[in-house]
Amino acid sequence: MSVIVILVVPLLATLLICVPLGRRWVAAVTVVSSVVDLMLITQLAGEVVSGSGSVELLVPAWHKWIAVDGLSALILLLIGLIATTAAIYSVGYMAQRDLTAKKLRLYHVNYNLFVFSMLAIPVLAEPTLVWIVVELTTLCSALLVSFENTREALEAAWKYVVLSLMGAGVALLGFMVLFAALHAGGGETYTWMGLERAAPKMPAILLQTAFLLILIGLGTKVGLVPMHTWLPDAHSQAPSSVCALLSGIETTSILYVILRLFPLMQAVPGAHADVWALVLGLISVGTAAFLLLQVKDYKRLFAFSTVEHMGILLTAIGLGGSAAGYGAMQQIVSHSVTKSFCFFAAGATLLATGTREIAAVRGLIRRSPVAGAALLLGGLAIAGAPPLAVFLSEFTILKAGLDRGQYLATGLLAMFIVIAFFGVMAHVNRMVFAPAEERSPATEGSATLRLPFSCRLALFLAAVPVLGLGVYIPKPLHDLLTLAAAAVSR
Amino acid sequence: MSDATKQLLENLNALVVALSLLTAFGIVAMRQARACLNLFIVESLLLAASAALLGLRYQSPHLYGVALVNLISKPIIVPWLLRRTSPAEIYTRREIDQVLNIPTALLIALALAVGAYFVGVPLANAVAPEFRGPNVPIGIAVLLLGAFTLTVRREALSLLIGLLVMENGAFLAGISIARDLGMLVELAIATDGLVIVFVMGVLVRAVQKQIGTTSVGSLDSLRETVGTADSDEALL
Repeated sequence: MSVIVILVVPLLATLLICVPLGRRWVAAVTVVSSVVDLMLITQLAGEVVSGSGSVELLVPAWHKWIAVDGLSALILLLIGLIATTAAIYSVGYMAQRDLTAKKLRLYHVNYNLFVFSMLAIPVLAEPTLVWIVVELTTLCSALLVSFENTREALEAAWKYVVLSLMGAGVALLGFMVLFAALHAGGGETYTWMGLERAAPKMPAILLQTAFLLILIGLGTKVGLVPMHTWLPDAHSQAPSSVCALLSGIETTSILYVILRLFPLMQAVPGAHADVWALVLGLISVGTAAFLLLQVKDYKRLFAFSTVEHMGILLTAIGLGGSAAGYGAMQQIVSHSVTKSFCFFAAGATLLATGTREIAAVRGLIRRSPVAGAALLLGGLAIAGAPPLAVFLSEFTILKAGLDRGQYLATGLLAMFIVIAFFGVMAHVNRMVFAPAEERSPATEGSATLRLPFSCRLALFLAAVPVLGLGVYIPKPLHDLLTLAAAAVSR
Repeated sequence: MSDATKQLLENLNALVVALSLLTAFGIVAMRQARACLNLFIVESLLLAASAALLGLRYQSPHLYGVALVNLISKPIIVPWLLRRTSPAEIYTRREIDQVLNIPTALLIALALAVGAYFVGVPLANAVAPEFRGPNVPIGIAVLLLGAFTLTVRREALSLLIGLLVMENGAFLAGISIARDLGMLVELAIATDGLVIVFVMGVLVRAVQKQIGTTSVGSLDSLRETVGTADSDEALL
């Protein structure tokens, strides 16, 4: 099977959506195409695991540009999974509002293009082409962020586009310097593999400059502090199904590009990639942990938690060693599945109460048991309560850090995680259990809203990995995680 | 090719590159949105000229491709796309409430350019001699000036131009150090620039329709510290 098919499916879906056959058709195409894509990706990931090691698949004409190894297969799998649950979720979520057929079609067209651009990131092996698809993720998702067309949504979309593209401009220079470094280190082809082969011969100054430019440039899009300012805006203003994609998987798939540079830096003596990762990572976790305490909007709460998790990931990579690398890969998985679940829960809460303000939502568990339970589970899961997925991966990272003797960094990381835990749980607890106030906007209005079936289905499907991966990691996934960890650390 | 011709081409390239730095300064200094757009077009033409001169000097057909792509996309397609997507109002706007006044902005811009020189020269010295030249430090300077424009401006068109100037700067450095990047990549990057213009044009139109301004930089309803009195009370 060819890898290109994975990319063709969402593009085909985009074309099919343009056939005017009504609202059900549009939604059905998105759901079916994402399910098909998920199956194709699972099959591909299976091939990668059984073939074990980096495989350059595919037709000769493309072999320069397309390659899938353990790390890219892992990211592909997560994109496929979350694109599927979010597609199912958006069927009911979008039906709740009175959209014109044209607007609904616009949503689904953008949705599929966005998924396409994300899928292209791990599949492509040529760094400048990767840069272009990273730009495309911004441009395809910009109109999804501004979808609500309110003042706030437009402002968020504008900030998102300007800051992301500004970062991309810096990263472009980085990729050009990287090319110059490759050229100076012998004439390999400009792919991730070629770079890895040439890395020991590259001039250190060029490689380091390229690394820093790309870390800063793409770090803007990952949401690393201090370049994170757009993230809580964009990730809270978009429709919840889009937030799940933005927060759950877009950030990690951009981080994947940065991760690709770590093996190169490790091949050059005296290049301190891990120190940079550790410092930026800890700053991100720390800042986000304290910002979590003072949010007023529960979607922003989850957005800040994304900043925190990106920081944890980068810190894990910075700790170094294969155990921390494995922990980081586990964290990528648990963050993606949990954060998308959290935004589905937030969307359900929004449907049930009609407000995004934390202070206005009280006693949710009595008003809408499904939304309340989901929000509680989401909060516990993302904050890292045992025995859920995030707990296991954070535990692996902390343990690896202690084994490496990085006591200060690990201690700080543990402290920030605990602060963030209380930050998230204090807000969620009050929203779910506190007695409902009189005359608060949440107690009026649509009191008995029943969540659409597809939303409940998506919540259920998304909850399975959140609960399951905390206690049991299946053997194929374990192999895939090991492969992926081997690609980032040695 | 004789040595004298090579020298001449290199000198001409240095002149063209220096002029493009000048246009970047001009973009920082201009208040009129329309003038910024014109300066940006001039800068793109200079970038194309530099690519053509370097292509001639090093006999590199890729660089002719870069020159051609720049010649077509930026001076012709970008203004056309802007006319199609965004309201005509963006051209007539002036920066009234720029964050810094013009002399201060120029002074900071000068400091950025000097800083870029100190960053760019060691970088340029790390590559093989035939890749050296004024392109790398000046490219970095143009990139920084573009980023600076983005941070001080508020008008939609100025912001868009700041982004495109950043990309031009990266290219200016790129055509000297990453010469054989490949035609497909160049074309893709050029297309990407056009998608940027399209999406931002659509966004500006939506902003203007919904909020009634094109001064998008001054939108600030989303921030962390809004804690109004009553919502604080509700929290307790």
